[in-house]
Amino acid sequence: MNWTWLHKFASPPHAYRLAGRLAPWVGWPAFALIVVGLYGGFVLAPPDYQQGEGFRILYVHAPSAWMSMFVYATMAVAAAIGLVWRIKLAHAVAAASAPIGAWFTFAALATGSLWGKPMWGTWWVWDARLTSELILLFLYLGYMALRASIDDRDRADRASAVLAVVGVVNLPVIHYSVFWWNTLHQGATISKIGKPSITGDMLWPLLTMFLAFTLYYGAVMLVRLRAEILRRERDATWLREELRL
Amino acid sequence: MNLGEFLEMGGYAVYVWPSLGLVVFALVWNVFAARRLHATARAEALRRLAAGGRP
Repeated sequence: MNWTWLHKFASPPHAYRLAGRLAPWVGWPAFALIVVGLYGGFVLAPPDYQQGEGFRILYVHAPSAWMSMFVYATMAVAAAIGLVWRIKLAHAVAAASAPIGAWFTFAALATGSLWGKPMWGTWWVWDARLTSELILLFLYLGYMALRASIDDRDRADRASAVLAVVGVVNLPVIHYSVFWWNTLHQGATISKIGKPSITGDMLWPLLTMFLAFTLYYGAVMLVRLRAEILRRERDATWLREELRL
Repeated sequence: MNLGEFLEMGGYAVYVWPSLGLVVFALVWNVFAARRLHATARAEALRRLAAGGRP
């Protein structure tokens, strides 16, 4: 099989230009979908029969929690590709993803706390779901701290990639924690394929937010990736032509 | 439903609005942080080019 297309695709100049061209095409739909999803969730969706209007936190909490895991999975896959095939662009993708994932994890924890207080009567409980999500935040922060602490970029890439890959074991723990252990946290709402335990007019804004946040991550990651490529390629000849245009 | 009722969120206003505010802040901040990061890296690269490729 001919792999030249992959090398072209993963070459820094090509990736830099492609990321620049793609970012707005992902970012603007993300923005539009966030507006639509928030309007649907906070205005149009009917109040919950048990939690009243308080359930609307769902529309920012669940997508944030989803992204905290999706971004980590993406980061770990990119890190693994970087480790195995020594593709520097993959390490750059992982590095560009970490801060975004950390923000989503923090948002999931904070909005969960704000939701827990009125519904459970407590801001925080050391149960499996909340604790494993907190560990996820520490994994992101640890990944970023490890990168920042190693001057040599290749060594930083490899060391942080190992941490990212090992940390993946935490993802199934987070997801299944509500089934494996006794918890205050409610179970899955929409992942039960074909039979979601939520009505359609509550569901569509939620799905819209999931899609919106995923696209949002793509757009922000592409911009961060460009910065990452510039820093790595600062002495490359293509940069001369690219920036002098 | 009038605006006052909407803002009250059935008594959950102090939990719902800070949640929304925090997430919107995080979304906006991340866009600006990423753009600033790219602008800084670009300026740095241009500075190096102007200096003849030396730091």
